[in-house]
Amino acid sequence: MDLVSFARGPALEVALAVFCLGVVWRIVGFALLRIRRNFNEPRNSLVKAIIGGVIATGSRSWPHSEFTVRTGAGEALGYGYHIGLFIVILAFAPHIAFFGSLFGVTWPALPNSVITIFSVLTFTLLLAVLFRRVTHRVLRMLSNFDDYFSWFITTLVIVTGLMATAHIGGPYQTILGLHILSFDALLVWFPFGKLMHAFYIFPSRAINGTLLSRKGAAS
Amino acid sequence: MAHYHDQPTIGEMLERHGVSRRTFIKYCTAMASALALPPLAGRAMAEQLRAALRPSVIYLSFQECTGCLESLIRSFSPSIENLIFDVISLDYDDTLMAAAGAQAEMARDKAMKDNYGKYVLVIDGSVPTGANGAYCALGGKSAVDILREAAKGAAAIVCVGTCSSFGGVPFADPNPTQAWPVSDIVSDKPIVNVSGCPPIPEVITGTLLQFISTGKVPDLDEYRRPKVFFGNTIHDRCYRRPFYDQGKFAKSFDDEGARNGWCLFELGCKGPTTYNACATTKWNGGTSFPIESGHPCLGCSEPNFWDKGSFYSALSAPRWGKAGEVSPGDVLKVVGGAAAVGAALGVASAGLSRLRQRHIEKSTTNNEAKES
Repeated sequence: MDLVSFARGPALEVALAVFCLGVVWRIVGFALLRIRRNFNEPRNSLVKAIIGGVIATGSRSWPHSEFTVRTGAGEALGYGYHIGLFIVILAFAPHIAFFGSLFGVTWPALPNSVITIFSVLTFTLLLAVLFRRVTHRVLRMLSNFDDYFSWFITTLVIVTGLMATAHIGGPYQTILGLHILSFDALLVWFPFGKLMHAFYIFPSRAINGTLLSRKGAAS
Repeated sequence: MAHYHDQPTIGEMLERHGVSRRTFIKYCTAMASALALPPLAGRAMAEQLRAALRPSVIYLSFQECTGCLESLIRSFSPSIENLIFDVISLDYDDTLMAAAGAQAEMARDKAMKDNYGKYVLVIDGSVPTGANGAYCALGGKSAVDILREAAKGAAAIVCVGTCSSFGGVPFADPNPTQAWPVSDIVSDKPIVNVSGCPPIPEVITGTLLQFISTGKVPDLDEYRRPKVFFGNTIHDRCYRRPFYDQGKFAKSFDDEGARNGWCLFELGCKGPTTYNACATTKWNGGTSFPIESGHPCLGCSEPNFWDKGSFYSALSAPRWGKAGEVSPGDVLKVVGGAAAVGAALGVASAGLSRLRQRHIEKSTTNNEAKES
């Protein structure tokens, strides 16, 4: 069995199973945790608190005006590569063919030249966020293996994808195999590292926002 | 078929057929150009070929469908007649030769003996080794024994077709005859694989000509294929490549994309991972190649192409399960099963956490009660 066949065959099957198992495990595990009872008099009604939670989900998507100067650039970098990743993953024809065979649904693709531009931009932004992480004193102290490995595995998928498209670094099928294999590795790592924020980010904002709003905090 | 040493040189043969030196140099220059050799190589090739004796070629067919030979006899440049009458001495080919039975076997044995160490052995078909080689036998001898015997005196072995190069259809899972490619059986001779199902006729004749004119095995890739013909992927040279780059794909064989000649990637084209000269040399004297006729590349010149799933599923599509095809139902099975296990683990984890939480709360309450 060659590398491509292995990567899109048994490796992908196992990676997909681990991904689903891990994601459901963590979501169910968190969802069933007991929320500590609050004995204080609620400042807001439950409905108002839920509305506050919904507002907080959106309003926390950009730093408060007080912190914009200090953290705005970092957040903008984050948004930049996230948008780039979404475009590259969802609008590249071979990726659409991949999703099509998995879920039976396809959609129009963007031209390869546009995808290549977004891929290069995304890679550049990923380098920039790494640079910021290692040069920012506080951020560096807050970072652990999880942060760096999650960055590495995401960047590896982008780099091998670019190499496959540009036909550099070896025979196409080898690079394609490495690209799919790196995606398989990303799927396996996803539920157990910080990449899981993709599933947690909005529910956690909503839950925290609701609880704090119930206590009277501004959303 | 005439004896090798009794034969005139290639130049003498050509003169007899009225081929002038000038015409022959032209022909060799064209061939050198096709082989991507330096500009002066055509002249050198012509001189060398004119002075050379016609080398003996023994063509053995084993577990195969004769498609490769069918392809070879449709060579336009050089034509098969030119090749076997002017350039080589085809001393044995059980399909093409007039002799049959014991006469044919004798001709092969005589050619092998007379040209020991000099002849080119061309193999077509894989070599079955199961049941002591009984699945393929010629004149009472198994293919594997004939190959071993013939390989001993060969100057080089040219494997024509994917079966002799990589095992091909007989080698495909479950390989009931335990068929193997030639390179798995013979290891002490130079082997050139001209893969394809079938290979392009001009690639077969071009490879033979290059070996005969230079006396050397051409530059080979990792699968022992001549780089000159197998140096690029079909995708690299495909005239539909601009549509791939623009993201324009045919979704079915009769949609607007197919009628407009858009890229066949989504219909399973294996061009991006297939190394061959189809898109440049083409077939039937340069008329067309499969993609030009609206069919995706099957990847037939690559090892194990029969075992790589459906010809019609995209290269980037996942493949597992019975036929290597993944349906949404297969995905649901994997995802559903994993999700059920994940949910059970999640419930168990949350239960443990709650127990621990309760235990901590109880001990905190007890401590507070004691303190008060």
